[in-house]
Amino acid sequence: MSDATAHVVILGAGHAGGTAAALLRQYGHEGPITLVGEEPIPPYQRPPLSKAWLKGEADADSLALKPLEFYAEHGIDFRPGVKAVQLKRSDRTVVLSDGSTLAYDVLIIATGARPIALPIPGADLAGVMFLRTAADAEQLKAAVGPGKRLAVVGGGYIGLEVAASGRALGAEVTVLEREPRLLARVACPELSTFFREYHEKHGVTFELGCSVTGFEGKDGRVTGVTLADGRTIACDAAVVGVGAAPNDEIAADAGLETARGVVVDLDARTSDPAVFAIGDVAHRPMPIYDRMFRMESVPNALEQAKQAAAAITGRPRPPGECPWQWSDQYDLKLQIAGYPFDADQIVVRGDPATAKFAVFHLKGNQVQAVEAINAPPEFMMGKQLIANRKPVDPARLADPTISMKEVAA
Amino acid sequence: MAKITYIEHDGTEHVIDVKPGLSVMEGAVKNNIPGIDADCGGACACATCHVYVDEAFLAKTGTRSAMEESMLDFAEGVEENSRLSCQIKVTDDLDGLVVRMPESQH
Repeated sequence: MSDATAHVVILGAGHAGGTAAALLRQYGHEGPITLVGEEPIPPYQRPPLSKAWLKGEADADSLALKPLEFYAEHGIDFRPGVKAVQLKRSDRTVVLSDGSTLAYDVLIIATGARPIALPIPGADLAGVMFLRTAADAEQLKAAVGPGKRLAVVGGGYIGLEVAASGRALGAEVTVLEREPRLLARVACPELSTFFREYHEKHGVTFELGCSVTGFEGKDGRVTGVTLADGRTIACDAAVVGVGAAPNDEIAADAGLETARGVVVDLDARTSDPAVFAIGDVAHRPMPIYDRMFRMESVPNALEQAKQAAAAITGRPRPPGECPWQWSDQYDLKLQIAGYPFDADQIVVRGDPATAKFAVFHLKGNQVQAVEAINAPPEFMMGKQLIANRKPVDPARLADPTISMKEVAA
Repeated sequence: MAKITYIEHDGTEHVIDVKPGLSVMEGAVKNNIPGIDADCGGACACATCHVYVDEAFLAKTGTRSAMEESMLDFAEGVEENSRLSCQIKVTDDLDGLVVRMPESQH
Protein backbone atom coordinates (compact mmCIF):
# COMPACT_ATOMS: atom_id res chain seq x y z
CA MET A 1 0.00 0.00 0.00
CA SER A 2 1.48 3.32 -0.98
CA ASP A 3 -0.98 6.05 -1.79
CA ALA A 4 0.80 9.38 -1.50
CA THR A 5 -2.51 11.24 -1.40
CA ALA A 6 -4.14 9.17 1.34
CA HIS A 7 -5.57 11.01 4.33
CA VAL A 8 -3.71 9.70 7.36
CA VAL A 9 -5.34 10.22 10.73
CA ILE A 10 -3.20 9.73 13.83
CA LEU A 11 -4.98 9.17 17.15
CA GLY A 12 -2.70 10.34 19.93
CA ALA A 13 -0.16 13.17 19.81
CA GLY A 14 2.48 11.71 22.08
CA HIS A 15 6.00 10.67 21.18
CA ALA A 16 4.91 7.96 18.76
CA GLY A 17 2.08 9.92 17.13
CA GLY A 18 4.09 13.12 16.81
CA THR A 19 7.07 11.31 15.33
CA ALA A 20 4.88 9.41 12.87
CA ALA A 21 3.39 12.68 11.59
CA ALA A 22 6.83 14.24 11.04
CA LEU A 23 8.25 11.09 9.42
CA LEU A 24 5.33 10.80 6.99
CA ARG A 25 6.23 14.22 5.64
CA GLN A 26 9.94 13.48 5.73
CA TYR A 27 9.31 10.29 3.71
CA GLY A 28 7.37 12.26 1.11
CA HIS A 29 3.74 11.64 2.00
CA GLU A 30 1.70 14.37 0.30
CA GLY A 31 -1.84 13.61 1.42
CA PRO A 32 -3.52 15.26 4.40
CA ILE A 33 -2.39 14.29 7.89
CA THR A 34 -4.57 14.91 10.95
CA LEU A 35 -2.98 14.53 14.38
CA VAL A 36 -5.48 14.26 17.23
CA GLY A 37 -4.24 14.72 20.80
CA GLU A 38 -5.95 14.67 24.18
CA GLU A 39 -3.48 17.12 25.75
CA PRO A 40 -3.59 20.86 25.02
CA ILE A 41 0.01 21.05 23.84
CA PRO A 42 1.88 19.69 20.79
CA PRO A 43 3.85 16.41 21.01
CA TYR A 44 6.66 16.49 23.55
CA GLN A 45 9.21 14.30 25.30
CA ARG A 46 8.06 12.76 28.56
CA PRO A 47 11.43 11.50 29.91
CA PRO A 48 12.62 14.94 31.04
CA LEU A 49 9.45 15.45 33.12
CA SER A 50 10.94 13.40 35.97
CA LYS A 51 14.44 14.67 35.45
CA ALA A 52 15.74 17.90 33.91
CA TRP A 53 12.33 19.55 33.70
CA LEU A 54 11.42 18.73 37.29
CA LYS A 55 14.72 20.17 38.44
CA GLY A 56 14.13 23.35 36.46
CA GLU A 57 16.84 22.61 33.90
CA ALA A 58 14.54 22.49 30.86
CA ASP A 59 11.52 24.51 29.73
CA ALA A 60 8.37 23.74 27.71
CA ASP A 61 10.08 24.76 24.45
CA SER A 62 12.89 22.31 24.93
CA LEU A 63 10.43 19.49 25.62
CA ALA A 64 8.42 19.91 22.42
CA LEU A 65 9.35 17.43 19.68
CA LYS A 66 8.76 20.17 17.11
CA PRO A 67 7.70 23.80 17.57
CA LEU A 68 3.94 24.35 17.22
CA GLU A 69 4.40 26.15 13.87
CA PHE A 70 5.95 23.00 12.41
CA TYR A 71 2.57 21.28 12.04
CA ALA A 72 0.78 23.97 10.06
CA GLU A 73 3.94 24.60 8.02
CA HIS A 74 3.97 20.96 6.99
CA GLY A 75 0.27 20.58 6.33
CA ILE A 76 -0.35 18.58 9.50
CA ASP A 77 -3.71 19.43 11.03
CA PHE A 78 -2.94 19.25 14.74
CA ARG A 79 -6.06 19.05 16.93
CA PRO A 80 -5.23 19.39 20.63
CA GLY A 81 -7.62 18.82 23.52
CA VAL A 82 -9.62 16.20 21.65
CA LYS A 83 -9.70 12.43 21.85
CA ALA A 84 -11.22 9.68 19.75
CA VAL A 85 -14.23 7.98 21.33
CA GLN A 86 -15.28 5.52 18.66
CA LEU A 87 -13.69 3.86 15.66
CA LYS A 88 -15.96 2.73 12.82
CA ARG A 89 -13.76 0.65 10.57
CA SER A 90 -16.43 -0.21 8.01
CA ASP A 91 -16.92 3.52 7.29
CA ARG A 92 -13.31 4.40 7.95
CA THR A 93 -14.39 7.11 10.34
CA VAL A 94 -13.50 8.11 13.88
CA VAL A 95 -15.89 9.91 16.23
CA LEU A 96 -14.14 12.53 18.36
CA SER A 97 -14.94 13.78 21.86
CA ASP A 98 -16.01 17.17 20.49
CA GLY A 99 -18.79 15.45 18.57
CA SER A 100 -17.14 15.72 15.16
CA THR A 101 -16.41 12.82 12.85
CA LEU A 102 -13.15 12.34 11.01
CA ALA A 103 -12.83 10.20 7.89
CA TYR A 104 -9.54 8.42 7.18
CA ASP A 105 -7.89 6.40 4.47
CA VAL A 106 -5.20 5.20 6.84
CA LEU A 107 -5.41 5.27 10.63
CA ILE A 108 -2.56 5.17 13.14
CA ILE A 109 -3.56 4.38 16.72
CA ALA A 110 -0.99 5.97 19.04
CA THR A 111 -3.11 6.42 22.13
CA GLY A 112 -0.40 5.36 24.52
CA ALA A 113 -0.93 4.17 28.06
CA ARG A 114 -2.52 5.72 31.13
CA PRO A 115 -1.11 5.56 34.66
CA ILE A 116 -2.67 2.83 36.77
CA ALA A 117 -4.68 4.25 39.64
CA LEU A 118 -4.65 2.62 43.05
CA PRO A 119 -8.23 1.69 43.96
CA ILE A 120 -7.81 2.82 47.57
CA PRO A 121 -9.48 5.48 49.72
CA GLY A 122 -8.09 8.97 49.42
CA ALA A 123 -6.58 8.46 45.97
CA ASP A 124 -8.49 11.50 44.74
CA LEU A 125 -7.21 13.86 47.43
CA ALA A 126 -5.44 16.98 46.21
CA GLY A 127 -1.72 16.38 46.21
CA VAL A 128 -1.95 12.73 45.13
CA MET A 129 -0.47 12.77 41.66
CA PHE A 130 0.59 10.69 38.72
CA LEU A 131 3.53 11.67 36.58
CA ARG A 132 2.60 11.12 32.97
CA THR A 133 1.82 14.48 31.42
CA ALA A 134 3.31 17.95 31.42
CA ALA A 135 0.31 19.07 33.50
CA ASP A 136 1.14 16.40 36.10
CA ALA A 137 4.74 17.57 36.11
CA GLU A 138 3.70 21.20 36.73
CA GLN A 139 1.72 20.08 39.75
CA LEU A 140 4.56 17.95 41.06
CA LYS A 141 7.14 20.69 40.60
CA ALA A 142 5.02 23.08 42.65
CA ALA A 143 4.74 20.52 45.44
CA VAL A 144 8.44 19.73 45.77
CA GLY A 145 10.98 21.95 47.48
CA PRO A 146 13.22 22.26 50.50
CA GLY A 147 11.59 20.68 53.53
CA LYS A 148 8.58 19.33 51.63
CA ARG A 149 7.81 15.69 52.34
CA LEU A 150 7.17 13.61 49.24
CA ALA A 151 5.79 10.08 49.38
CA VAL A 152 6.50 8.07 46.25
CA VAL A 153 4.31 5.02 45.75
CA GLY A 154 6.11 2.61 43.46
CA GLY A 155 9.81 1.81 43.24
CA GLY A 156 10.09 1.61 39.47
CA TYR A 157 11.72 4.06 37.07
CA ILE A 158 9.21 6.83 37.64
CA GLY A 159 9.42 6.50 41.41
CA LEU A 160 13.20 6.41 41.50
CA GLU A 161 13.67 9.29 39.08
CA VAL A 162 11.20 11.40 41.03
CA ALA A 163 13.00 10.44 44.23
CA ALA A 164 16.35 11.52 42.80
CA SER A 165 14.97 14.79 41.49
CA GLY A 166 13.05 15.39 44.71
CA ARG A 167 16.25 15.06 46.70
CA ALA A 168 18.04 17.40 44.31
CA LEU A 169 15.32 19.95 45.10
CA GLY A 170 15.73 19.51 48.84
CA ALA A 171 12.58 17.52 49.55
CA GLU A 172 12.38 14.65 52.01
CA VAL A 173 11.54 11.53 50.07
CA THR A 174 10.11 8.17 51.10
CA VAL A 175 9.63 5.47 48.47
CA LEU A 176 6.98 2.84 49.17
CA GLU A 177 7.36 -0.37 47.17
CA ARG A 178 5.08 -3.39 47.19
CA GLU A 179 7.70 -5.93 46.16
CA PRO A 180 10.64 -6.93 48.36
CA ARG A 181 12.95 -5.05 46.01
CA LEU A 182 13.03 -2.03 43.72
CA LEU A 183 12.63 -2.23 39.93
CA ALA A 184 11.30 -5.75 40.45
CA ARG A 185 9.58 -5.91 37.08
CA VAL A 186 12.43 -4.59 35.02
CA ALA A 187 15.82 -5.25 36.63
CA CYS A 188 17.75 -8.00 38.37
CA PRO A 189 18.23 -8.23 42.17
CA GLU A 190 21.85 -7.06 41.93
CA LEU A 191 20.68 -3.87 40.33
CA SER A 192 17.85 -3.43 42.83
CA THR A 193 20.34 -3.57 45.68
CA PHE A 194 22.68 -1.15 43.97
CA PHE A 195 19.93 1.42 43.44
CA ARG A 196 18.54 1.12 46.92
CA GLU A 197 21.96 1.73 48.44
CA TYR A 198 22.70 4.63 46.11
CA HIS A 199 19.40 6.31 46.88
CA GLU A 200 19.83 5.72 50.62
CA LYS A 201 23.24 7.38 50.41
CA HIS A 202 21.40 10.38 48.98
CA GLY A 203 18.94 10.43 51.85
CA VAL A 204 15.95 8.59 50.41
CA THR A 205 13.98 6.40 52.83
CA PHE A 206 12.58 3.11 51.56
CA GLU A 207 9.70 0.96 52.72
CA LEU A 208 9.99 -2.29 50.77
CA GLY A 209 7.49 -5.10 50.74
CA CYS A 210 4.88 -2.71 52.02
CA SER A 211 1.24 -2.50 51.13
CA VAL A 212 -0.37 0.92 50.71
CA THR A 213 -3.97 0.89 51.94
CA GLY A 214 -5.04 4.50 51.57
CA PHE A 215 -4.26 8.20 51.61
CA GLU A 216 -5.22 10.41 54.55
CA GLY A 217 -6.07 14.03 54.12
CA LYS A 218 -7.12 17.26 55.77
CA ASP A 219 -9.32 19.86 54.07
CA GLY A 220 -9.18 17.79 50.90
CA ARG A 221 -5.40 17.69 50.72
CA VAL A 222 -3.22 14.62 51.33
CA THR A 223 -1.37 14.48 54.64
CA GLY A 224 -0.19 10.88 54.73
CA VAL A 225 -0.09 7.42 53.22
CA THR A 226 -1.46 4.55 55.31
CA LEU A 227 0.17 1.14 55.23
CA ALA A 228 -1.24 -2.33 55.87
CA ASP A 229 0.87 -2.62 59.02
CA GLY A 230 -1.01 0.27 60.53
CA ARG A 231 1.63 2.98 60.14
CA THR A 232 1.06 6.27 58.35
CA ILE A 233 3.82 7.93 56.40
CA ALA A 234 3.29 11.68 56.71
CA CYS A 235 3.64 13.68 53.49
CA ASP A 236 2.80 16.96 51.80
CA ALA A 237 2.40 15.35 48.40
CA ALA A 238 2.36 11.86 46.93
CA VAL A 239 3.29 10.54 43.50
CA VAL A 240 1.82 7.25 42.33
CA GLY A 241 3.97 5.39 39.82
CA VAL A 242 2.76 1.80 39.77
CA GLY A 243 2.60 1.10 36.09
CA ALA A 244 0.57 2.00 33.04
CA ALA A 245 -2.28 0.34 31.14
CA PRO A 246 -2.57 0.55 27.33
CA ASN A 247 -5.39 2.70 25.93
CA ASP A 248 -6.48 -0.06 23.55
CA GLU A 249 -10.20 0.06 24.31
CA ILE A 250 -11.01 1.99 21.15
CA ALA A 251 -9.35 -0.74 19.11
CA ALA A 252 -10.94 -3.62 21.02
CA ASP A 253 -14.38 -2.05 20.72
CA ALA A 254 -13.87 -1.80 16.97
CA GLY A 255 -13.08 -5.49 16.68
CA LEU A 256 -9.32 -5.21 16.24
CA GLU A 257 -7.20 -7.90 17.82
CA THR A 258 -5.89 -6.82 21.21
CA ALA A 259 -3.88 -8.60 23.91
CA ARG A 260 -3.33 -5.95 26.57
CA GLY A 261 -2.33 -3.74 23.71
CA VAL A 262 -3.25 -3.54 20.03
CA VAL A 263 -1.72 -6.49 18.22
CA VAL A 264 0.47 -5.51 15.26
CA ASP A 265 3.12 -6.96 12.94
CA LEU A 266 6.59 -5.64 12.12
CA ASP A 267 5.07 -2.94 9.91
CA ALA A 268 3.06 -1.84 12.96
CA ARG A 269 -0.04 -2.93 11.05
CA THR A 270 -3.08 -4.30 12.94
CA SER A 271 -5.47 -7.02 11.87
CA ASP A 272 -7.04 -4.33 9.62
CA PRO A 273 -4.69 -3.38 6.76
CA ALA A 274 -5.79 0.27 6.89
CA VAL A 275 -5.05 0.58 10.61
CA PHE A 276 -1.68 0.78 12.36
CA ALA A 277 -0.83 0.94 16.08
CA ILE A 278 2.41 2.28 17.50
CA GLY A 279 4.08 3.11 20.80
CA ASP A 280 2.98 2.25 24.33
CA VAL A 281 -0.40 0.97 23.10
CA ALA A 282 1.00 -1.65 20.74
CA HIS A 283 1.60 -5.37 21.32
CA ARG A 284 4.28 -6.25 18.80
CA PRO A 285 6.61 -9.02 17.63
CA MET A 286 10.13 -9.06 19.01
CA PRO A 287 12.15 -11.06 16.48
CA ILE A 288 15.22 -11.24 18.71
CA TYR A 289 13.18 -13.03 21.37
CA ASP A 290 10.67 -14.94 19.25
CA ARG A 291 7.74 -13.54 21.13
CA MET A 292 5.15 -10.76 21.26
CA PHE A 293 5.43 -8.01 23.86
CA ARG A 294 4.30 -4.51 24.68
CA MET A 295 7.15 -2.10 25.32
CA GLU A 296 6.89 1.22 27.08
CA SER A 297 9.91 3.14 25.88
CA VAL A 298 10.85 6.04 23.68
CA PRO A 299 13.04 3.92 21.39
CA ASN A 300 10.09 1.63 20.73
CA ALA A 301 7.79 4.56 19.97
CA LEU A 302 10.36 5.82 17.47
CA GLU A 303 10.97 2.44 15.86
CA GLN A 304 7.27 1.76 15.39
CA ALA A 305 6.65 5.26 14.07
CA LYS A 306 9.33 4.52 11.45
CA GLN A 307 7.74 1.14 10.65
CA ALA A 308 4.29 2.65 10.11
CA ALA A 309 5.56 5.65 8.14
CA ALA A 310 7.68 3.38 5.92
CA ALA A 311 4.78 1.00 5.28
CA ILE A 312 2.40 3.86 4.45
CA THR A 313 4.82 5.58 2.06
CA GLY A 314 6.03 2.39 0.41
CA ARG A 315 9.57 2.51 1.80
CA PRO A 316 11.38 -0.66 2.80
CA ARG A 317 10.76 -1.85 6.34
CA PRO A 318 13.43 -0.33 8.59
CA PRO A 319 16.03 -2.82 9.91
CA GLY A 320 15.11 -4.28 13.30
CA GLU A 321 16.58 -2.57 16.34
CA CYS A 322 17.56 -4.01 19.66
CA PRO A 323 15.10 -2.69 22.25
CA TRP A 324 16.63 -0.35 24.79
CA GLN A 325 15.82 2.24 27.40
CA TRP A 326 17.56 4.54 29.82
CA SER A 327 17.05 6.15 33.21
CA ASP A 328 19.03 8.99 34.78
CA GLN A 329 19.13 9.22 38.57
CA TYR A 330 21.63 11.54 40.36
CA ASP A 331 24.91 11.09 38.47
CA LEU A 332 23.97 7.58 37.39
CA LYS A 333 23.20 6.82 33.80
CA LEU A 334 21.40 3.48 33.60
CA GLN A 335 21.23 2.13 30.05
CA ILE A 336 19.39 -1.11 29.44
CA ALA A 337 19.41 -3.12 26.23
CA GLY A 338 17.18 -6.11 25.61
CA TYR A 339 15.04 -8.12 28.01
CA PRO A 340 16.21 -11.15 30.04
CA PHE A 341 13.22 -13.28 29.03
CA ASP A 342 14.94 -16.65 28.94
CA ALA A 343 18.23 -15.85 30.64
CA ASP A 344 19.83 -18.60 32.67
CA GLN A 345 22.89 -16.82 34.01
CA ILE A 346 24.10 -13.42 35.10
CA VAL A 347 27.57 -12.02 34.53
CA VAL A 348 28.61 -8.91 36.46
CA ARG A 349 31.33 -6.87 34.76
CA GLY A 350 33.04 -4.24 36.84
CA ASP A 351 32.60 -3.37 40.49
CA PRO A 352 29.23 -1.99 41.68
CA ALA A 353 31.07 -0.13 44.44
CA THR A 354 32.57 2.13 41.76
CA ALA A 355 29.11 2.92 40.33
CA LYS A 356 30.49 1.93 36.94
CA PHE A 357 29.54 -1.62 36.03
CA ALA A 358 27.21 -3.75 33.98
CA VAL A 359 25.06 -6.81 34.53
CA PHE A 360 24.75 -9.10 31.53
CA HIS A 361 21.94 -11.64 31.21
CA LEU A 362 22.89 -14.64 29.14
CA LYS A 363 20.98 -17.56 27.69
CA GLY A 364 23.72 -20.10 27.25
CA ASN A 365 26.49 -18.02 25.67
CA GLN A 366 24.22 -15.45 24.06
CA VAL A 367 23.66 -12.05 25.62
CA GLN A 368 19.93 -11.47 26.04
CA ALA A 369 20.08 -8.25 28.00
CA VAL A 370 22.51 -5.85 29.61
CA GLU A 371 21.95 -3.32 32.38
CA ALA A 372 24.80 -0.80 32.33
CA ILE A 373 25.44 1.86 34.94
CA ASN A 374 27.75 4.62 33.69
CA ALA A 375 29.16 2.01 31.32
CA PRO A 376 28.45 3.04 27.71
CA PRO A 377 30.82 0.50 26.09
CA GLU A 378 29.02 -2.35 27.83
CA PHE A 379 25.66 -0.92 26.75
CA MET A 380 26.62 -0.19 23.14
CA MET A 381 28.46 -3.47 22.58
CA GLY A 382 25.76 -5.31 24.49
CA LYS A 383 23.14 -3.97 22.05
CA GLN A 384 25.15 -5.34 19.13
CA LEU A 385 25.68 -8.73 20.77
CA ILE A 386 21.97 -9.01 21.57
CA ALA A 387 20.97 -8.12 18.02
CA ASN A 388 23.45 -10.35 16.22
CA ARG A 389 23.22 -13.18 18.79
CA LYS A 390 26.98 -13.68 18.63
CA PRO A 391 28.09 -16.03 21.42
CA VAL A 392 30.54 -14.73 24.02
CA ASP A 393 32.83 -16.31 26.59
CA PRO A 394 31.28 -15.44 29.96
CA ALA A 395 34.71 -15.45 31.62
CA ARG A 396 36.03 -12.84 29.21
CA LEU A 397 32.84 -10.84 29.57
CA ALA A 398 33.35 -10.74 33.33
CA ASP A 399 36.92 -9.46 32.96
CA PRO A 400 37.00 -5.66 32.74
CA THR A 401 40.65 -5.73 31.68
CA ILE A 402 39.48 -7.14 28.35
CA SER A 403 37.74 -4.41 26.34
CA MET A 404 34.17 -4.98 25.15
CA LYS A 405 35.33 -4.79 21.56
CA GLU A 406 37.79 -7.61 22.23
CA VAL A 407 35.17 -9.66 24.05
CA ALA A 408 32.88 -9.36 21.04
CA ALA A 409 35.57 -10.04 18.46
CA MET B 1 21.35 33.96 17.30
CA ALA B 2 23.92 31.65 15.72
CA LYS B 3 23.72 30.83 12.04
CA ILE B 4 24.39 27.11 11.62
CA THR B 5 24.79 25.21 8.37
CA TYR B 6 23.80 21.54 8.48
CA ILE B 7 24.99 19.54 5.46
CA GLU B 8 23.34 16.20 4.73
CA HIS B 9 25.40 13.29 3.46
CA ASP B 10 24.14 13.89 -0.09
CA GLY B 11 25.29 17.50 0.06
CA THR B 12 21.95 19.18 0.71
CA GLU B 13 22.55 22.26 2.84
CA HIS B 14 20.25 23.72 5.47
CA VAL B 15 21.13 27.09 6.95
CA ILE B 16 19.20 28.11 10.04
CA ASP B 17 19.35 30.47 12.99
CA VAL B 18 19.60 28.66 16.30
CA LYS B 19 18.90 30.30 19.66
CA PRO B 20 21.89 30.22 22.04
CA GLY B 21 21.26 27.74 24.84
CA LEU B 22 19.83 25.07 22.55
CA SER B 23 22.12 22.25 21.50
CA VAL B 24 23.28 21.85 17.89
CA MET B 25 21.09 18.72 17.85
CA GLU B 26 17.99 20.61 18.96
CA GLY B 27 18.56 23.17 16.22
CA ALA B 28 18.35 20.37 13.65
CA VAL B 29 15.52 18.38 15.16
CA LYS B 30 13.25 21.35 15.80
CA ASN B 31 13.67 22.38 12.16
CA ASN B 32 13.06 18.83 10.86
CA ILE B 33 16.49 18.68 9.22
CA PRO B 34 17.08 15.04 8.22
CA GLY B 35 20.25 13.23 9.21
CA ILE B 36 20.24 13.73 12.98
CA ASP B 37 17.96 11.23 14.74
CA ALA B 38 18.58 12.05 18.42
CA ASP B 39 16.54 9.11 19.67
CA CYS B 40 17.17 9.80 23.35
CA GLY B 41 16.33 13.47 23.07
CA GLY B 42 19.75 14.69 24.19
CA ALA B 43 20.47 12.44 27.17
CA CYS B 44 23.83 11.25 25.72
CA ALA B 45 22.36 7.75 25.74
CA CYS B 46 22.10 6.72 22.09
CA ALA B 47 24.84 8.16 19.81
CA THR B 48 22.36 8.89 16.99
CA CYS B 49 23.10 12.62 16.80
CA HIS B 50 26.64 12.16 15.46
CA VAL B 51 28.01 15.05 13.36
CA TYR B 52 31.36 16.08 11.87
CA VAL B 53 32.28 19.58 12.98
CA ASP B 54 34.00 21.90 10.53
CA GLU B 55 37.69 22.19 11.54
CA ALA B 56 37.50 25.94 11.96
CA PHE B 57 34.94 25.53 14.75
CA LEU B 58 36.03 22.32 16.39
CA ALA B 59 37.86 23.93 19.32
CA LYS B 60 35.03 26.40 19.91
CA THR B 61 32.53 23.58 20.40
CA GLY B 62 34.43 22.45 23.48
CA THR B 63 35.76 19.03 24.36
CA ARG B 64 34.03 15.68 24.58
CA SER B 65 33.04 14.48 28.03
CA ALA B 66 34.03 10.97 29.14
CA MET B 67 30.45 9.78 28.55
CA GLU B 68 30.43 11.27 25.05
CA GLU B 69 33.81 9.68 24.23
CA SER B 70 32.54 6.29 25.33
CA MET B 71 29.34 6.58 23.34
CA LEU B 72 31.12 7.89 20.24
CA ASP B 73 33.55 5.00 20.40
CA PHE B 74 30.73 2.76 19.22
CA ALA B 75 29.29 4.97 16.50
CA GLU B 76 30.15 4.41 12.84
CA GLY B 77 32.74 6.38 10.92
CA VAL B 78 34.04 8.37 13.87
CA GLU B 79 36.75 10.92 13.05
CA GLU B 80 38.81 13.45 14.99
CA ASN B 81 36.15 16.07 14.35
CA SER B 82 33.23 13.88 15.40
CA ARG B 83 30.93 15.10 18.15
CA LEU B 84 27.55 14.11 19.53
CA SER B 85 25.58 17.19 18.59
CA CYS B 86 23.37 17.00 21.67
CA GLN B 87 26.47 17.80 23.71
CA ILE B 88 27.35 21.01 21.85
CA LYS B 89 25.64 24.03 23.38
CA VAL B 90 25.01 26.84 20.90
CA THR B 91 26.56 30.21 21.81
CA ASP B 92 27.04 33.40 19.78
CA ASP B 93 30.63 32.22 19.41
CA LEU B 94 29.39 29.40 17.16
CA ASP B 95 27.85 31.79 14.62
CA GLY B 96 28.80 30.41 11.21
CA LEU B 97 29.21 26.83 12.45
CA VAL B 98 29.13 24.15 9.78
CA VAL B 99 28.38 20.51 10.60
CA ARG B 100 28.08 17.50 8.33
CA MET B 101 25.87 14.50 8.99
CA PRO B 102 26.91 10.89 8.39
CA GLU B 103 25.04 8.73 5.89
CA SER B 104 23.05 7.08 8.64
CA GLN B 105 22.74 7.31 12.41
CA HIS B 106 21.73 3.68 12.82
